[in-house]
Amino acid sequence: MEMLLASAIGGLSAAGIYLMLRLRSFPVIIGISLLSYAVNLFLFATGRLVVNAPPVLRDGVETYTDPLPQALVLTAIVISFGMTAVIVIMALGSYLSSRSDTVNITADTPAEQEGEA
Amino acid sequence: MNHWIIAPVVLPAVMASVITLTLRFHPSLQRVFSLASCIALLMIALGLTAVAATGRIEVYELGNWPAPFGIVLVLDRLSALMVLITAALALVVLLYATGSGWDQRGNNFHALYQFQLMGIFGAFLTGDAFNLFVFFEVLLIASYGLMIHGGGRRRLRAGVQYVIYNLLGSTLFLFALGTLYAVTGTLNMADLAERAADIPVGDSGLLRVGAVLLLLVFAIKAALLPLHFWLPETYAEAPAPVAALFAVMTKVGAYAILRMYTLVFGPELGATADIIAPLILFAALVTLAVGMIGILGARRLGRLAAFAAIASMGTLLIAISGFRPETTVAAIYYMIHSTLAGALLFLVVDLVRMQRGEARGALIPAPRMAQQGLVAALFFGAAIASAGMPPLSGFIGKLLILDAVRDMPQVWLIWSVILITSLVGILGFAQAGSIVFWKTVPAEPPTDEPETDAAPATTPRAAALPLVASFILLAGITALSVFAGPVTGFVEATADQIHTPSGYINAVLGQR
Repeated sequence: MEMLLASAIGGLSAAGIYLMLRLRSFPVIIGISLLSYAVNLFLFATGRLVVNAPPVLRDGVETYTDPLPQALVLTAIVISFGMTAVIVIMALGSYLSSRSDTVNITADTPAEQEGEA
Repeated sequence: MNHWIIAPVVLPAVMASVITLTLRFHPSLQRVFSLASCIALLMIALGLTAVAATGRIEVYELGNWPAPFGIVLVLDRLSALMVLITAALALVVLLYATGSGWDQRGNNFHALYQFQLMGIFGAFLTGDAFNLFVFFEVLLIASYGLMIHGGGRRRLRAGVQYVIYNLLGSTLFLFALGTLYAVTGTLNMADLAERAADIPVGDSGLLRVGAVLLLLVFAIKAALLPLHFWLPETYAEAPAPVAALFAVMTKVGAYAILRMYTLVFGPELGATADIIAPLILFAALVTLAVGMIGILGARRLGRLAAFAAIASMGTLLIAISGFRPETTVAAIYYMIHSTLAGALLFLVVDLVRMQRGEARGALIPAPRMAQQGLVAALFFGAAIASAGMPPLSGFIGKLLILDAVRDMPQVWLIWSVILITSLVGILGFAQAGSIVFWKTVPAEPPTDEPETDAAPATTPRAAALPLVASFILLAGITALSVFAGPVTGFVEATADQIHTPSGYINAVLGQR
């Protein structure tokens, strides 16, 4: 179980970082999503892995799983979902206005826009 | 329980919703509501500072849940001071945005502005590490919208970079928080401080990893080298009032470093003491050098102001890295100064851009500006303040820092870097100023009527309000220099409070 989860987090992070270095907005966004999945799994594991146990303390319950990381993961999922939506829209807007989906700004990117509306 | 503590978070949130939901098609009413909100926030901030100045640490338990279980907001001197600076800056910058017409160049400026303030105030007030993450995200998501306000090709591309960089930062933040939670089992800052202090030796490695990861996150916010790459393009391309407000956003990173690494991972915590301060110090020295060289090398005024912001963060973090009461005094004083000076510089650069016609912000000879004298005086003031020359507060701040680091082992390195880079910065500002204001070329008489003040965005003359806003900031810097004594007194009390974390811990967790 631990091995499975750890390798899943590692694999997702590695793929995410590789894609983030691709300099094109679509792979970069996918890379960010993979990284956020990795971090969600990681947060989930911070309360230690307990299988088949309730996340509440009750009379007669001997083993239980830590409920706090689950709440943290939920918050993190909502936030990363919203952020992904924002970056998709911004990347689309950037692509449509400059007809290029590269992320880097090179010297030949028109500079006359500086400070203009 | 003092309920005013939550007001700086709730008021902008409510105002932003009111502005988006009911005032979408009433731009002038939006301005009125936004201004009213900022004035009210300034009053609240003054009140909170008065409360904090008594030395008591006030705790607000959200939902009345006791401390380690619920989320707490904590008002001590440092957070009150930061809230006050932010509220004052927000009001002045909003005056500028309204007067110069920037707020009408796109939709939802005022709503995003209020959400941005909500996030910043929340980050300064919260006493819970995960809640700090949430408020970081609130201020970031609002800043994404503000950054691309007005649109434009290059601004959008700079915006995409900014968002990607910060999303990566947020992911790192979560990894750091996860690691800390796995080791200590809590995310309340006061509780973290207690548990980190008696961590078993076997777990101290993990704690160290968590502390350094967290430092990386705050270093991204504070634009510390080598994590500063997002800043120059973002600040140069952002609308001027937004860039001026962002002057306080980098300070959120500096505040978080100051808070976390005195309270939780303090200098007496064996697991992290030997790694955090040196990391910050050397990164800050390089940041300062790169910032000042960037000022000298900048070809456009926007980038010049952005590199000035980087340089001021370098100076600030050199002072923070001392983690002793004397250095913290210097750091907080310089933090107040650099917030005002950085914002002023961005506003002045925008005034120059508005009046220079085709040349805009480029450092090339151009026709005389309509209000050459006024703008030149403002630029001169901003440059003196940013470079740290007497008589303005930048000089006092640097002097305090130089004096405070006298007992540190790296004192010669710090002194030489600060003094040499100050010279480089002065050269850079002098070069830029002389090109912009002295190397004027005679041009055909301006075609625009200078008296048409009705449409300030298109006329070469600035409207009155932007000038007034800029002069208020300059007056603030002057006041900070004239009243350096009383301000330092308050700041010294603040530094003492920060460096006795037991006061904070007892206030949050109760006497034990």
